[in-house]
Amino acid sequence: MVDITPADAVPPAEVAEMELYHPHSWWTKYVFSQDAKVIAIQYSATATAIGMVALVLSWLMRLQLGFPGTFDFITPEAYYQFITMHGMIMVIYLLTALFLGGFGNYLIPLMVGARDMVFPYVNMLSYWIYLLAVLVLVSSFFAPGGPTGAGWTLYPPQAIMTGTPGGQDWGIILMLVSLILFIVGFTMGGLNYVVTVLQGRTRGMTLMRLPLTVWGIFTATVMALLAFPALFVACVMMLLDRALGTSFFMPAIVEMGEQLQHGGGSPILFQHLFWFFGHPEVYIVALPAFGIVSDLISTHARKNIFGYRMMVWAIVGIGALSFVVWAHHMYVSGMHPYFGFFFATTTLIIAVPTAIKVYNWVLTLWRGDIHLTIPMLFALAFIVTFVNGGLTGLFLGNVVVDVPLSDTMFVVAHFHMVMGVAPIIVIFGAIYHWYPKVTGRMLNETLGRFHFWVTFLGAYLIFFPMHYLGLMGVPRRYNELTDMTVMTESAHHLNSFISIMAFIVGFAQIVFLFNLIWSIRHGREAGGNPWRATTLEWQTPETPPAHGNFGKDLPIVYRWAYDYSVPGAKEDFIPQNIPGSFAPSREPA
Amino acid sequence: MAETTLTHIGRTEPRPAGWQGIAADWSSDQRAFKNVSWGKAMMWIFLLSDTFIFGCFLLSYMTARISTRVPWPNPSEVFALRIGGSDIPLILIAIMTFVLISSSGTMAMAVNFGYRRDRRKTAVLMLLTAALGATFVGMQAFEWTKLITEGVRPWGNPWGAAQFGASFFMITGFHGTHVTIGVIFLIIVARKVWRGDYDVGRPGFFTSRRGRYENVEIMGLYWHFVDLVWVFIFAFFYLW
Repeated sequence: MVDITPADAVPPAEVAEMELYHPHSWWTKYVFSQDAKVIAIQYSATATAIGMVALVLSWLMRLQLGFPGTFDFITPEAYYQFITMHGMIMVIYLLTALFLGGFGNYLIPLMVGARDMVFPYVNMLSYWIYLLAVLVLVSSFFAPGGPTGAGWTLYPPQAIMTGTPGGQDWGIILMLVSLILFIVGFTMGGLNYVVTVLQGRTRGMTLMRLPLTVWGIFTATVMALLAFPALFVACVMMLLDRALGTSFFMPAIVEMGEQLQHGGGSPILFQHLFWFFGHPEVYIVALPAFGIVSDLISTHARKNIFGYRMMVWAIVGIGALSFVVWAHHMYVSGMHPYFGFFFATTTLIIAVPTAIKVYNWVLTLWRGDIHLTIPMLFALAFIVTFVNGGLTGLFLGNVVVDVPLSDTMFVVAHFHMVMGVAPIIVIFGAIYHWYPKVTGRMLNETLGRFHFWVTFLGAYLIFFPMHYLGLMGVPRRYNELTDMTVMTESAHHLNSFISIMAFIVGFAQIVFLFNLIWSIRHGREAGGNPWRATTLEWQTPETPPAHGNFGKDLPIVYRWAYDYSVPGAKEDFIPQNIPGSFAPSREPA
Repeated sequence: MAETTLTHIGRTEPRPAGWQGIAADWSSDQRAFKNVSWGKAMMWIFLLSDTFIFGCFLLSYMTARISTRVPWPNPSEVFALRIGGSDIPLILIAIMTFVLISSSGTMAMAVNFGYRRDRRKTAVLMLLTAALGATFVGMQAFEWTKLITEGVRPWGNPWGAAQFGASFFMITGFHGTHVTIGVIFLIIVARKVWRGDYDVGRPGFFTSRRGRYENVEIMGLYWHFVDLVWVFIFAFFYLW
């Protein structure tokens, strides 16, 4: 790719200044706000709140697994409800909403030099529909029969049958309705993010000058707009199966000695639809993390990102490839074995762009001026956990290895490492990094370091032993493991150990939440650009940025986002909006 | 709000050729798609997403139809009307299709008159489009009623595979909802045109954004999309 925009020329404005909506009252300023920054905070707060519910659910599961038979209230039904809600909340309502709705809303307009998202009103609706989806989800805890216990993948036929908690009660219906609402709300926001990046950039901001954070969030949003339709359709069809008695997914089936009215449907069809959404979803969560971590590493190692263009192409390539690998989640579903061959091949090909990214992060660090700030610590921790989870992904991508491992704790270890721990660690790093811009104050350093070490080491101690459990043959999805032959005494000890670590890591998150709230008033004053970063959000005239982001005139961009430690420059960073030709305006070709 | 027309981008450097040129144009300053306003870009991307929804619906229906082990009801017979003593296959569907395609024509004319700032003709043509759309939905309601009285239900029908009724009600219902939403928005935009909102730049009630005659075209994009989807439903559901 050739960056043909010269370093010194100021391209004329192609787009007139956008008309901003100016709030008239407290309500329209802070509650029904059309300002992307407020919407971002609303999204983040809601996602964090529902995420805490999922955290507590994971504790309850670990109580049962670590100390079986001790807690009477965790019945098998309750255990399945915890598993289902924990998975669904973490993947969709926490990670997707926080990365795209939270970070996307806050960072996209600031980083591309826009006043706001292109359609602030639609953006506001997006949040309120998301909130409604969360409320519907929460309401299923209080519905008769409780929430659904179908597993987070909601596989039919069991998802809507009597034996499954919530299957013939309200649980599954509320879950499906909540997902449909989430998709509607997300689409409204997602259209905004995509159009803002494509059409709403400031003068001089070519696509190849975008910070990688924006590239990651942008690509993930495009993927979400194409992947969520499959989940939407699957939800509608299952809702019809459950509510109207259609048979899209329901084969002829006997339940409790009684022939059900259903017949002729295909459960595999649901799995294909679900995973056509579900696999891109992994990267919808991972790509923003990739982008953010690239910026964290570059900023805190005071060095330009290694191979910027390859990083961009890797993001785009991973996004495209992730649409042709979905059936590697279905090796044991009974689909045609030749499919397995195809999907194993595509799955392993994804390792190539992913490996490019990991090498480039490491090469960015190489001989950099590494500052071990808290965001940097989290970024380094991400590389470790992500490589770990990625390598087990290569195991599981092969059919012959996956078949014996697919119903064991090995899979639990794998996906928690790669799409649980890794992205959440990036979220923490990103919060420590951007909190000063959002609030004007730094988070407390001591509490932050405590939070980092407990979270990083603790998460490792939770999920690494699970690989061993999996290789021993300990099955996942079982709430009661006491009498199984694979459960040796050492396996039981390991399980109890994992549970104790889970509690410690969970409590560290409470310290983190305390830090978030405490530092709003008592944190150290941050100033406008505490990390001496180059990207536009740190160049705003006010901190936190005011309505409209950039004062009277929008910034003009003269260079890429990674001019760190440029030889001959006065300081070790040159913001994107500083003109001058002594430094390369882009990665040398 | 972005202006539609791009006057001058002031670039004098030599532009790269071939693939590099395509990539450079795409990633060029400020906008990936020159001459495309925010609203239009957003509608196109939404329609792309919606395409995936209809695509998934149709693929699921085709999977059900291919894999069923009981006979699939013959659409030519099911959707025949008895007129003048003989069964005419698909006659109602043919009329519905004709009505909907015609409404695309009136919509295109409305867009044309909109850019000529002919308020009256634009509004009238949009209302005509809405009327044709409403006629379509009305005929669909008639078709649903007829099938329901003949015993077709989402969970079964007298002639064969239960997925016939399920897919039929789901897909035509989802499409009919799209048409209905389109009709409502056609009426809203037609009212704005009639009142001259786009001439005086009156701010929207909810969004407080000033609308432009381009909104007629954006509305048209949606409407043509709904038509196009119907063509696929017609081909895959009725003609197969």
